[in-house]
Amino acid sequence: MSNNKDNKNSYLQMFRQMVRIRAFEEQANQLYLSAKMPGLTHMYVGQEAVAVGICEALTPNDKITSTHRGHGHCVAKGADFKQMFCELLGKQEGYCRGKGGSMHIADQANGNLGANAIVGGSAGIATGAALTAKRMGKKEVSVCFFGDGALGQGLLYETMNMAALWKLPVIYACENNLYGEYTKVEEMAAGDLMARAKGFGIQSFEVDGQDVLAVNNLTQELVERARKGDGPFFILLNTYRYHGHHVGDINREYYRSKEEEQLWREERDPITNFSQLLVDKKISTSEELKSIELQIEKDAEEAVNYALNAAWPDASEVNMHVFASN
Amino acid sequence: MREITFGAAVNEAMAEEMRLDESIIILGEDVAEAGTPFKVLSGLVEEFGTERVIDTPISEPGFTGIAVGAAMTGLRPIVDLMFGDFLFLIMDQLCNQAAKTHYMSGGKLSVPMVLRTNMGATRRSAAQHSQSLQALVAHIPGLKVAMPSSAYEAKGLMKTAIRDNNPVVIFEDKLMYNDKAEVPEEEYLINFGEANILRSGTDITLIATSSMVQQAEMAANTLADQNISAEVIDPRTISPLDETTLINSVKKTSHAIVIDEGHQNYGITAEIAARISEKAFYYLDAPVQRLGAMDVPVPFSPVLEDLTVPTAQQIHERVVMVLEGKI
Ligand SMILES: Cc1ncc(C[n+]2csc(CCOP(=O)(O)OP(=O)(O)O)c2C)c(N)n1
Ligand SMILES: [Mg+2]
Repeated sequence: MSNNKDNKNSYLQMFRQMVRIRAFEEQANQLYLSAKMPGLTHMYVGQEAVAVGICEALTPNDKITSTHRGHGHCVAKGADFKQMFCELLGKQEGYCRGKGGSMHIADQANGNLGANAIVGGSAGIATGAALTAKRMGKKEVSVCFFGDGALGQGLLYETMNMAALWKLPVIYACENNLYGEYTKVEEMAAGDLMARAKGFGIQSFEVDGQDVLAVNNLTQELVERARKGDGPFFILLNTYRYHGHHVGDINREYYRSKEEEQLWREERDPITNFSQLLVDKKISTSEELKSIELQIEKDAEEAVNYALNAAWPDASEVNMHVFASN
Repeated sequence: MREITFGAAVNEAMAEEMRLDESIIILGEDVAEAGTPFKVLSGLVEEFGTERVIDTPISEPGFTGIAVGAAMTGLRPIVDLMFGDFLFLIMDQLCNQAAKTHYMSGGKLSVPMVLRTNMGATRRSAAQHSQSLQALVAHIPGLKVAMPSSAYEAKGLMKTAIRDNNPVVIFEDKLMYNDKAEVPEEEYLINFGEANILRSGTDITLIATSSMVQQAEMAANTLADQNISAEVIDPRTISPLDETTLINSVKKTSHAIVIDEGHQNYGITAEIAARISEKAFYYLDAPVQRLGAMDVPVPFSPVLEDLTVPTAQQIHERVVMVLEGKI
C-alpha cells in the first residue's frame, strides 16, 4: 500500500461518511423509541461500507436510486443532516418539505433520485437515468441500490435485460443482508444469485460488503468502465443489518439468532475493522478517529434538535406539487 | 357475547374455512412464521403447515398469477397482499386474468380466489403505503369487492368471500386490526350485496364504507344532540352494491352524503352519488354530497396527512350545511 499517504484524505473521508451514517441512524432510532418520529423507519446500521464504498466512487452528478432502507445511501451521497432529520420528522425544511418522509427521502442536488417504498421499484428509474446519460452524451453513471428481496421482482430482470441490450451505464448494487423482512434469502431466491445478471451477459462481481476499501476499489473500476460505455454491471455485496427489519422489529429470535447478530457486530463491523486498518497502517491514530466520531455525534445531535424545533409545513402545502407547473 | 379484535376475526374466519376445505391455501409474503407484519395470520402455519400457508418471495405479480392458475384448476387460494398499494403491481393478473376468465371461457372456467389486502391513511407511512384503492378494482367487471367495517363484518365477509366462486378482493383498514367488537362463537356468514343499516334515521342518509363507518356513526351521535336524525348505512360490499337499500333510505330522508377513504375523483363516492341521482332524484331536497380522501398523494407529514382524510367533524359540518340548504 504505497499510496497510503496520497489516499489519507479519501480514507478518512470514507471513515467519516460511515460514522456519519451510524450517528444519523442512532439518532433516528432514538427518535422512534422516544415517540418523536411519525411512523416507522428502517435502519441501515451494519451496511455502511456498501453505501460509502460505492458513493465515494461517484461524483455528485452521478445518480443513485435508493430503497426503504435509504438513510445510508442519502448520507453517503452527500446529504445534510439537518434537512434529513427535518424530512424524517415531516418538517417544512426537509429535503421533500416533509411530504416524503424516511421512505421517500431524495436529494436532487447530490444526484439522489430518491428512496423507494416499493421493493425493486427503482430498477426502472436508475436504468432510465442511465438512458438519459447515454442519450445526452453525459459521462454519468447511475447506481441502483436494492436488497436481496428485490431479486424476486420481475421489473429488475426486464430492466437489466434492456440495460444490457442498450449498453447503459448503470450498476446494479444488490445488498445481500441475508433477509427480506423476516425471511431468509435462501427461502426466497432459488439458484445462484450471481447467475441472474450473467444470464443477460452483464458482468457480475461479488464483494465483501463489510470492507469499504474492497467495495470502493471495485466500484471505482466499474464506474470508470461504465463511463466509457462498458456497462452495465452487477455487484453482489454481502452485508448485514444490525437492527430489526424496521425499528419496531424488536423480538426477532424466531427468524435469526442473537449469536448470529453478535458475530456480525463483533467480528465484521465495517467501522471497527476499517478503524483498525487505518491505525495499523499508520494512516491515522485512534485519537484522531475518536475525535472525528465525537464531532460527528455532536453534529447529529445538533441537527436532531434543530429538526425537533423546526416548523411544520403550512396547511396550504397539502395540494401543492401534485402537478409540475408548465 | 364475547368480543374479539378485527385481526382475530379475520384469522378465525380463515382457520374455520381451512378446517372445512382442504383445497384452501394461503399465499403471500411472511404469512407463515411471521404471521404477516400486522400479525393477523399468527398461528395458522402451526395448525395448517407450510404446505397450505406458503411464504412467497417478494414477487406479487408472480404469486397472484400462480393463485389464478391454482384457482382455475381446483385449489381455493387466499392471496395475502401486504399493502393495498401493491395492487398496482398485480393489476394484470387480477384484472386481465382473474376477473375475465369466467366470462371469456363462456362460463367454463372459474377463479375462486380471495385477495386480502388493506387500505387507509394516517399511519404516517407516506404515499406508497397509505392508499385506499377500492375504486380501481370495483371498476372491473368480474371482481367482487368487500370492505369490512368491524370485527363482526370482517369475519362474516371473509367466510363468504372464501366460499364464493369468483375472485373477491377484501380491503381491511389497517388501523382497525386491534378494534374489538362482539363476534358470536357460532358460525355465520354475511351475504354479499346486502347493506347494513347501522342506525336508522329520518333526516339524512350517511352512506359510509370501512374506516368511514365509525366516523359516520360518531357524526350521527353528535348530530343527535342537535336533534338531527341521521341514518347510517354500510354497503359492506361495493361490488355487488345493494342499491335498493341505499335508494330506499334516500327516498325516506331526501338527503344523502357518501363517505369513503379512497380519492374523491372518480371514486366510490362518485359511483354511489350517481346512482342516487339516477334513481332517487325526485326525492332529493339537496344535491348528494361526497366526502373522500383529498385528491393528492398521501403526504408523510402528520400535519398534512390529517388534512387528507374525512373526519366525523367534517361529516357533521356537511350534514348541517345540507340540511340548512347551504349547498
Ligand atoms: C413490492 C413490495 N412488496 C413488499 C413490500 C414490503 N416490504 C418492505 S421491505 C421488504 C423486504 C425487503 O427486503 P430486501 O429487499 O432484502 O431489503 P432489506 O429490507 O433487507 O434492506 C418488504 C417485503 C414492499 N415495500 N414492496
Ligand atoms: Mg435484505
